[in-house]
Amino acid sequence: MRNKFAECLTRAAETNESLCLLYADIGNRLFDKLKGVAPTRTINAGIAEANMASMASGMAQMGLHPFIYTITPFTTARNFEQIKVDLAYANVPVVIVGTGSGLAYANLGPTHHSFEDIALMRVLPNMKVVCPADSMELEALFPQLLEEKGPVYFRIGKKNEPLNYVEPPKLKIGKAHVLEQGNDIALVCTGPVLDVGAQIAEQLKQEGVSCQLTSLHTVKPLDQDYLASLNEFKLVVTIEEHSLVGGMGASLCEWSMDTRKPLNILRCGIPDEFIDQLSSNQSARERIGLTAEAIIPKIKSRLD
Amino acid sequence: MQTQVAQDIAKIRHQLVEISCKNKVPHLACSLSSVEILYTLYFKIMQINPEQPQWSDRDRFLLGKGHAAAVLYSVLGFRGFYPTDAVMSLGEDLSPFEEHPGKHSPPGVENISGSLGHALGLATGMAKAAKLQGSSAHFYVLVGDGELNEGTNWEAAMFAPAHQLDNLTVVVDFNKLQGTGRSCDIMQLEDMQEKWHAFGWNSTRIDGHSVEELEQALAKESIVAGQPRAIVADTVKGHGISFMADDNNWHYRIPTEEELASVAETLGIERAEG
Repeated sequence: MRNKFAECLTRAAETNESLCLLYADIGNRLFDKLKGVAPTRTINAGIAEANMASMASGMAQMGLHPFIYTITPFTTARNFEQIKVDLAYANVPVVIVGTGSGLAYANLGPTHHSFEDIALMRVLPNMKVVCPADSMELEALFPQLLEEKGPVYFRIGKKNEPLNYVEPPKLKIGKAHVLEQGNDIALVCTGPVLDVGAQIAEQLKQEGVSCQLTSLHTVKPLDQDYLASLNEFKLVVTIEEHSLVGGMGASLCEWSMDTRKPLNILRCGIPDEFIDQLSSNQSARERIGLTAEAIIPKIKSRLD
Repeated sequence: MQTQVAQDIAKIRHQLVEISCKNKVPHLACSLSSVEILYTLYFKIMQINPEQPQWSDRDRFLLGKGHAAAVLYSVLGFRGFYPTDAVMSLGEDLSPFEEHPGKHSPPGVENISGSLGHALGLATGMAKAAKLQGSSAHFYVLVGDGELNEGTNWEAAMFAPAHQLDNLTVVVDFNKLQGTGRSCDIMQLEDMQEKWHAFGWNSTRIDGHSVEELEQALAKESIVAGQPRAIVADTVKGHGISFMADDNNWHYRIPTEEELASVAETLGIERAEG
C-alpha cells in the first residue's frame, strides 16, 4: 500500500503545486520519483515527528496542503498533542499518513504496533479517519484527500496486502462500500483485514449462510445511512486490526446505544493486551484469533 | 520627562496590570517581561498593516509562551488592530481575548497558543512554506526560557538551519523564572546564546528591556544569509513594577485595586475618573 501511496502522491504533485510531503526519515527510496517531480516539496523532517506535525500546520496555514508520513505509532501517538492542537483544533488541511498500521510490523514488536491509533484520532474534533483496505481502495480514496479542508488521518498498511478488487472501486470518504450483498450476517471490515471478512463470507456461503461484506473504510465520520440499515441482520460482525477498545467496532456500539437502534454486534480485533515475540503479521493474527478459522466458530455460537 | 516610546510602554504596562486586576487573570509577570520585545517588533520592525491583518506577505509574530497573551493583545490594540480598550473583555465568555489565544482570536493574532513548544515549529513550517512560495515575509517567534524545557523547540532548532531559513527569528524572553522556580536551577539553560549558536543559528544576547538594543538586534541588517536568527533577550519577570520585579509570586498573583493605583502613579498614568 505504501508504494501505491507514493505513486498517487507523485501523480498528484505533478499538477498540484500546493501538495507537499513531510516524512520522518523513513521510506528508503520510496519517494525517489516524488523527489524527481517535486524536489523542494519532498521534505525530510528528520526523526522529529512532533515538530513535523507543527511544521505541517504552519505550512497549511500558508496555503500549502501537506502530508505527514511515517510509521503509524510515531505519527499518531508520539505527536498526539501536536496533532490535537496544531492540526485538529487549528482545523487545517493536513493529511496524517500512518504506514504499517495495526500489526503490519508484527515482528518489530509493540513499539511498532498500532492498536490505538483509530481511537486516538477519532476522539479529536474535526478529524476524519480513513482506512483503505488495499492498494485499490487507496487509489480510489486518494484524490478525495486533496479536497478536504480539514485534517484527515489516512491509515495505510505496508506492502503486498491481498487485493480485494481487480480495479479501483468507486468509493467516497464517509460512505461504506458493500462488496457483496447478503441477508443473514453483516461483516463490517476496516483496513487490510477485509480479506479475512471475504474468507468468512465465502466459507459461510458454502454452509448456506448469506453474508453482506462491507468495507467501512471511513471510521469517522460514520456512514449513518449504512449503519441504520444494519438492523436487518441477525448479527453484525466487526473486523479490524485495532484494539477492541476505541476502534471501529466500539464506535458502532456507541452509535447503536446513542441512536437506540439495538444491534447484535460481535467485535473482532486486538484484545486489551500487548502482543510480542511475533514472527509475522499472519502469526500475530493467529495468536489473537483474527482469522476466518477463529472467527467463524464465534459467529456460529452467536447464531445458536 | 518621558520619551514617546517610554510613555507608550508605560501605558501598555499599566494596561496589563489593569487587565489582571479587573478581570482576575494571572500570568501578569510573564507578560511584563515581554513588553519591550513586542513593542519593538510591532512598532519598529514588522512589515504589517493593521487595516489589512490578513495581507498575505505580512510579517508574522507567533507567541510561544501563550500564557503571556495579554501583552500580545495589548500591544496589538495600541498598534491599531482594534480599539485599545477591547482587550478589557479578556477572559469573559465568548470574548475573542482568551487567556490563551484560541481559534477565534482577535485580528493580528497568528497562532493558537497555551501549550508550550508549538510556536517555533509552526513558524518554522511557515518560514519553509514562504521560501517555497517565494514570499518575502519574515517570521518572529517569542519563546520563554521555561518553554525551552520542551524538546520540540530543539527539533525545530535543528530543522531551521538545515533548511537555511533566514526568514525566521526566535526571541528568547530569558527572565530566569518559570512556573515554580529559577529556570536555570530546574534545567541547564545556560549558555543560552551558545546553545543556539551550536545549533547553527546566528545568535546574539541583549538587554530585553532596551528598545534600542532590541531594534538593532531585530533589524534586517543583522540577518545573516542562510541562517535563522536567535536573539537571547535578558529580561526580568515583572519588569517595570518595583514590587513585582523578579518575584515569582506574580506568576499567579492578582493585583489589588490599591496596587493598581500605585502602579498608575509610579508609571505616570493618569487614570480616568470612576
